Amino acid sequence: MTAVVETLRDKRGALLPILHALQQELGYIPEEAVPVVADALNLTRAEVHGVVTFYHDFRTRKTGRRVVKVCQAESCQAMGSEAVTAAAKAHLGIDFEETTPDNAFTLRKAFCLGNCARSASIMIDAEVHGRVTSENVGAIIDAARVEL
Amino acid sequence: MTTVYVPGDSGALSMGADPVANAITAEASRRNLDLSIVRTGSRGMYWLEPLVEVEADGARVAYGPVTPTDVPGLFDAGFLTGGSHALGHGPTEQIPYFAKQERLTFRRIGVIDPVSLDAYRRLGGFAGLENALQQSGAEIVSEVTASGLRGRGGAAFPTGIKWKTALDAPSGVKYVVCNADEGDSGTFSDRMVMEGDPFMLIEGMIIAGLAIDAHEGYIYLRSEYPHAHETLKKAIRSAYDAGYLGEDVMGSGRRFHLDIRLGAGAYICGEETALLESLEGKRGMIRPRPPLPAVSGLWGRPTILNNVITLASVPLVFEKGAAFYQDYGMGRSRGTLPFQLSGNIKHGGLVEKAFGLTLRELLYDFGGGSATGRPIRAVQVGGPLGAYIPESLFDTPLDYESFSGIRAMLGHGGAVAFDDTVDMAAMARFAMAFCSDESCGKCTPCRIGSTRGVEVIDRIRTGTDRESNLHLLGDLTDLMLAGSLCGLGGLIPYPVVSAMKHFPEDFGATDVKELNLPF
Repeated sequence: MTAVVETLRDKRGALLPILHALQQELGYIPEEAVPVVADALNLTRAEVHGVVTFYHDFRTRKTGRRVVKVCQAESCQAMGSEAVTAAAKAHLGIDFEETTPDNAFTLRKAFCLGNCARSASIMIDAEVHGRVTSENVGAIIDAARVEL
Repeated sequence: MTTVYVPGDSGALSMGADPVANAITAEASRRNLDLSIVRTGSRGMYWLEPLVEVEADGARVAYGPVTPTDVPGLFDAGFLTGGSHALGHGPTEQIPYFAKQERLTFRRIGVIDPVSLDAYRRLGGFAGLENALQQSGAEIVSEVTASGLRGRGGAAFPTGIKWKTALDAPSGVKYVVCNADEGDSGTFSDRMVMEGDPFMLIEGMIIAGLAIDAHEGYIYLRSEYPHAHETLKKAIRSAYDAGYLGEDVMGSGRRFHLDIRLGAGAYICGEETALLESLEGKRGMIRPRPPLPAVSGLWGRPTILNNVITLASVPLVFEKGAAFYQDYGMGRSRGTLPFQLSGNIKHGGLVEKAFGLTLRELLYDFGGGSATGRPIRAVQVGGPLGAYIPESLFDTPLDYESFSGIRAMLGHGGAVAFDDTVDMAAMARFAMAFCSDESCGKCTPCRIGSTRGVEVIDRIRTGTDRESNLHLLGDLTDLMLAGSLCGLGGLIPYPVVSAMKHFPEDFGATDVKELNLPF
């Protein structure tokens, strides 16, 4: 944690790059990170906490091995994202912001993945999948499962 | 050696372009054929992705959508020399969807390896920068003004005026910032540029730096675009290595440094002042204007802050002259706009055209109607803050002024189609819910108004005291329109009011006159 902070602290506007790097390293931003970051950047803990909680990307809890984001924006709605969402939830047996008991997947919502010409879309980690339907979403998620 | 072109654009990847590229390599080695695969951006015909191209008789020939199982058959049909196959479309640039376009900003995208400097230079790259290096800051600004270029991010503010304000602002330190936080649903042209021709954006930013004597630039990129991030990083590294970025731009003695900063999933950071706050490492809370960013922007310094497409349009203006660019378009909307067709549409993709074609032409001549085959009932133009357009207004020309004339906006050029199964009251509710999710919280009309908006629409939809709630929704949208600090709360009434006005029946009203609409 300290190493990450040390490498980036001298960048201008370093807070977001540091939080991204911490999340990359640890998978989330643990509470203990807040005072460390605050101290390094000469900010208050409240300021750092405020930033962590402002942005949807920053997570304060551990996630599963892979994060599945289901697009909720208009273009995907026009192509049945509501049904895709319901099918993904049913397939994994969890709601948004929850993680499967085997820790394989965390489900999150997204607002636009930039793949609108091939709606509906989901994103598994960094990979976008297009023309997703309530029928094929389960298979797409299963294919992305990483076992321990 | 034969070259096969397979897109590496994330939209093509979302349809399986990587397995197709692998299958082509495997099949070629099985047949002892010597071929190389070049990964390109996308031509923007996404319904044909993965679209594989080869060169035959001096033209690129297209096959698509290709799956890995099609690959042996393509080899059997002799696709490497343009042989005919069921998936063949003939010369790519003669496909009507493509042939009818006017590709200026997108002329290299889908054609070249995005991170090859040689390929970029071969097709006009850095010629604009070379010309700009011979000009003074004031000359650069007047060239941009003469081109008629207006901000492509959504607000359509004249770029030359913005640059002049930053040029005239007294300060030793100035910045150039690129807004690559393309959060509007139904838009992907910024992503295509960053993934398909990143040097064009870099070149535009260097020219902006020369114009106002700024030595540092930042690209604020949304985190949902990891592929664009990788491509930009590679391109910036080669631009440094080749001396286009750094302490001595093309041996001119001028310097310009460029860095990428990632957003973190906040729609509001596409608003320019919230973006600046975020770049400075703070919550993306908007700043009241004035002062304008051009006067007091990043770290309080004069800043040119433009969208990806705006900056990417600049190199061409300097390569071919302002008059060339100005020659396209209609009225006060000059040049081209990369329209993006999406949602329930048969042929979704990117259509770069001069301003002035009609929405109907875009939806039917290009889009081929809805994907489901049902009638298109409504189209949201300009992202989540744009109005819903009914069929009766489909003949409106796509230019900035015509769209404001029907109380709509072109925004970033996205058009999302919905068929006749759409419930417009549900879409109006979604607009309010989205606003309440994404509001930065600084001003009351947006923060509280959007939450109250959801509640009021819920009551209308369940028929609870419908008449007075419809009246209340009219008042609320009027207040948000007039009283919000930025475009989020100030424009979210557009989708809501347009839905009520054009589709009153979905709100349980028989006539639009019963509604108390602000416009």
